[in-house]
Amino acid sequence: MAISTYRPLPSELADIQAEMEGHAADYGLDFYRTIFEMLDYEELSMFAAYGGFPTRYPHWRFGAQYDELMKGYSYGLQKIYEMVINTDPCYAYLLSCNSLTDQKLVIAHVYGHCDFFKNNAWFSHTNRKMLDQMANHGARARRYIDRIGHEKVEEFIDACLSLEDLIDMYSPHIQRTPSRNKTLMPNELKPRRDDKHLEGTRDDEGADEDDDGEHHAARFATKGYLDPFVNPRTAIDAEEEEIKKRAEESRARRSFPEEPQRDVLLFLLEHAPLQPWQHDILSIIRDEAYYFAPQGQTKIMNEGWASFWHSTIMTHHGVTDADFIDYADHHSGTMATSRNRLNPYKLGIELLRDIEDRWNKGKFGPEWENCDDMQTKMKWDRQLGLGREKIFEVRRVHNDVTFIDNYLTPEFCIQQNLFQYRFNEENDYYEIASREFAAIKRQLLDSLTNHGRPFIYVQDGNYKNRGELYLAHRYQGIELKQDYAQDTLVNLQKLWRRPVHIETMVDDKPRVLSFDGHTHESK
Amino acid sequence: MSRSIDQDLGRFKEIVRGKVRQQLRKYISNGEMIGRKGREFVSIPVPNIEIPHFRHGEKNSGGAGQGEGDVGQPIGKGQGDDQDGNGQAGDQPGGHVREVEVSLDELAEMLGQELELPRIVPKGKDTISAQKDKYNSINQKGPESLRHFKRTYKNALRRMIASNDYNVLKPVIIPMKEDQLYRGSKSIFVPQANAAIIYMMDVSGSMTDDQKEIVRTESFWIDTWLQSQYDGIQTRYIIHDAAAKEVDEDTFYHTRESGGTKISAAYEVARKIISTEYPSADWNIYCFQFSDGDNWGEDNKACIKMLTEDLIPHCNLFCYGQVESPYGSGDYMRELNKIANQHENLVLSEIPNKDAIYNSIKTFLGKGK
Repeated sequence: MAISTYRPLPSELADIQAEMEGHAADYGLDFYRTIFEMLDYEELSMFAAYGGFPTRYPHWRFGAQYDELMKGYSYGLQKIYEMVINTDPCYAYLLSCNSLTDQKLVIAHVYGHCDFFKNNAWFSHTNRKMLDQMANHGARARRYIDRIGHEKVEEFIDACLSLEDLIDMYSPHIQRTPSRNKTLMPNELKPRRDDKHLEGTRDDEGADEDDDGEHHAARFATKGYLDPFVNPRTAIDAEEEEIKKRAEESRARRSFPEEPQRDVLLFLLEHAPLQPWQHDILSIIRDEAYYFAPQGQTKIMNEGWASFWHSTIMTHHGVTDADFIDYADHHSGTMATSRNRLNPYKLGIELLRDIEDRWNKGKFGPEWENCDDMQTKMKWDRQLGLGREKIFEVRRVHNDVTFIDNYLTPEFCIQQNLFQYRFNEENDYYEIASREFAAIKRQLLDSLTNHGRPFIYVQDGNYKNRGELYLAHRYQGIELKQDYAQDTLVNLQKLWRRPVHIETMVDDKPRVLSFDGHTHESK
Repeated sequence: MSRSIDQDLGRFKEIVRGKVRQQLRKYISNGEMIGRKGREFVSIPVPNIEIPHFRHGEKNSGGAGQGEGDVGQPIGKGQGDDQDGNGQAGDQPGGHVREVEVSLDELAEMLGQELELPRIVPKGKDTISAQKDKYNSINQKGPESLRHFKRTYKNALRRMIASNDYNVLKPVIIPMKEDQLYRGSKSIFVPQANAAIIYMMDVSGSMTDDQKEIVRTESFWIDTWLQSQYDGIQTRYIIHDAAAKEVDEDTFYHTRESGGTKISAAYEVARKIISTEYPSADWNIYCFQFSDGDNWGEDNKACIKMLTEDLIPHCNLFCYGQVESPYGSGDYMRELNKIANQHENLVLSEIPNKDAIYNSIKTFLGKGK
C-alpha cells in the first residue's frame, strides 16, 4: 500500500541537498546514503506518530499521538520541520511547506543526525534494516488480530507497553550471562574452539566442565580388578540416583534468576506462561524498545551534534543575505531555553562548542586542573587546535550520561546559567534549589541515568517456591509513584498469571506491593 | 484510501468516548492546550490515555534548568502527576501553558464534537432575510483594494511563459494592466436567524467567588456554542438579590450584593426585555439562570407562575443551573423539579463543582433546541 504520494525532490531542493551533502562531507561527517522525501503536514504527523515507521503494528496510541500533533499544528502551537530515522540508507522526511531557508537548515541538520547514527557507538547494535523489520512486526501483529480478535490483541499489547521500559539498555553491548540469555550462533562457537587448537593449549578444563560440576557417588580407591567388588555397581547406582534426585530437588527449590536481572521483558519471554502469539507480540515490543533505546540515551548529544553542524555549515556556507533573518529566527527558536526544562538542543550544542574551544586552547589535563588562578585560566590558550578532532571522538564514544559526566565544567554551568531545582512538598512548587556545580551535575546525571526512571530488577521468579514473581526497585531516594506502580503490577500479572510483587521503599521503610489477580496488597 | 493512522485515530477516539475498552477510561488524562480569546484563556481539550509504567513520584524529585533566578525562587507548580521526561534532560515541572490563537468557530466545533452536541434548528429562518454581499465572482475591472493578487500573478506568469519572457533562474513576474483581475460582489438574500441570550444570576451574599467562576466558565462555553449556531446573537445580563436590574457583562460577573433573594424580580426584568425587544416569533430566545437555590420562600409561587406563563412559552430553552454554595439551601431546584415534566424546554442541572461544568453544558445544549 502506498503510504504517501511519492514526490521526487524538486530540482532546487536537490541542488541544496547536493550542496549540503558536499559541505558535510568536507567537514568529515560520515553518513549512509540519505534519501529525502517531501511530506505534507498530515503525512509528517503520521510518520512522527509512528516514530518514523509508517508500517508499524496498529495501535491506538499512534492515533493519540497523531491527534496531538495535528491539533498542535492546526492551532499554531508546534511544528515538526523534519524527521530522520536511523536506517541504512537513512530516510529523512521534510515538511513540504518549509521555506527554502528552513529546508537548507533542516537538510544540514539531518546530515548531522545521519553521521551520528552511523558513528556513535551506542547505535552500533541497532538494526539498520529496521524499516523492513517494523513492517514485518506489523504484518505479524495484523495476522494475530485477524485470528484472535482486535480487542484481545490490543489489550495484550497495552499490558506489554506498560512494561516496555523494563529492558537492559546496556545489554546489546555486554554479554551478561553468555550461555542462557544469548543462544550462541554456531559460527560464533566454532572459531573459539579452533583458536584453542591453534594455540596448542591442552583442553584440560574441558573434562571437568563436562559434568557441569555435579557431584558423583564416592568411590573407594582400589586397584582396577578389585573395583567391581569394592565399589559394587548396584550400590554406586543407588547412590548416584540419590544424588541426582537431591540435586534436582534443590534445583527446583532454588530461586532463579541467580543474579537480579534487568531485562524483565527477556525474563518474561523465557519464563512466563505465554501463548505463542503472546510470546511473539512481547518479543516485538521488546525488539522495538531496544531499537529506540539509544535515541533516548543520546538525545542531548544527537541534537547537539546535529545543531552544531547545521549552525557551522549554515553560517559558513549556506546562509545568503536573503536567508539571514529567517535563519537566525529559526535557529534561535530551536535554541530557546526555559527555566522548567533543559533544552537538549541548547545544552548539546553549547557543550560541544565548549569542548571544541577547550581542546583548541588546551584547557584540559592536570596543568589546567591544578591551576587556581582565574585570570590565568581566562587567558589560557596553548593553541593546540585539537578541538575538531576531540568532538569527533566525543560523538563516537559517548552517550548523554558519560558526556555530561566527563565534560560538564563549573565554568560552563556559570556561563550557561544552569541551576538545580527540587520539588517542595510544603507549597507544592518546584523551586530553584542550588547553583552549585556539584548539585547541578549530580541532578543532571540522575535524570539522565536510565532516563530518570526507576531501576527495576527481577529478583525471584519462584518466590516462596510458589512460582510467584518478585521484582525489586533499587531505591535511590525517590519513591515510586504508587498508583502507577499498582496499575503496572496489574499488567504484569496479566503476563505472569501467578501473583506478582515489587519491593520498594515508602516513607523510608521497605514495602512490598503485591497483586494476585484480584486484590492489591501492600506490606 | 484508508490510511492506517486513520484506523488508529478512530480506535483512540472510540476509547476516549468510552465506546470500547471501558477499563481504559480511568487512564484518560484531560490534557489541554490553552488558547486565548481576547483577554480570556480557553482550553482546547487534548485527551490522552496514559499507559501506566513504573515511575518516580514527585516527592524528592527535581531537575536541572537554565535561566535567571535566586535560590528558593519557585519556577513551576507541581501537578500531582509528573510528565514522562522521555529522554529529555530533566523532568518537566508544572503544566506548561502553550498559548494559541483559536477562532471561536473552531472552538465551538470542537466543543460540539467533544460533547456530541446536536446542531440547533433555529426558528424564524423562513421569515426573515437579510441582504448580504458575497464576493464570489471575478471581474476584469475594479478597485485596487479588491485586486485578486494570486490570479493576477498567475495571469501574468502565463503570459510571460507564453511570450518566452520568463527566466527560471531569475523568476521576476511583472503584471501588466491586462493581467489584473478583481473580486466582484453580488448581493444575495439569506435567511437569517437571530438569537438572544439572557443570563440571570443571583448575586446575593450566599454566592461566593468560586460559584461565580463556575457560572463564568459555563456561560463562556454556552456563548461560544450558540454563536456558532446563529448569525446574530445578542446577550443580556440580569443580576438580582431582592431587586433585579439589567447590567453589562463586566458588572454581571463582578457584582456582589448582600441582601435577600427574590427570583421573581429577575423574571420580571427578563419578561420586559423579551416582550419589548425580542418578539418570540422572530427571535430564538435562550434564558440561563444561575443561582445557589436560595429563594425567599413566599416568592416561589410567583416565580413558578411567571416562569410557566411568561417565560417558558417564549423561550427555545430555559435553563436553570444550580451551583452548590456552602450557604445556599438548594430549595429552588426542588420547586422547579415539580414542573419540569410538563415543560420540554425547561432544563435543570446541578453544578456542584468545576468538573461538573462539562456535563452541565451537555445537559443544557444536548437537546438541540
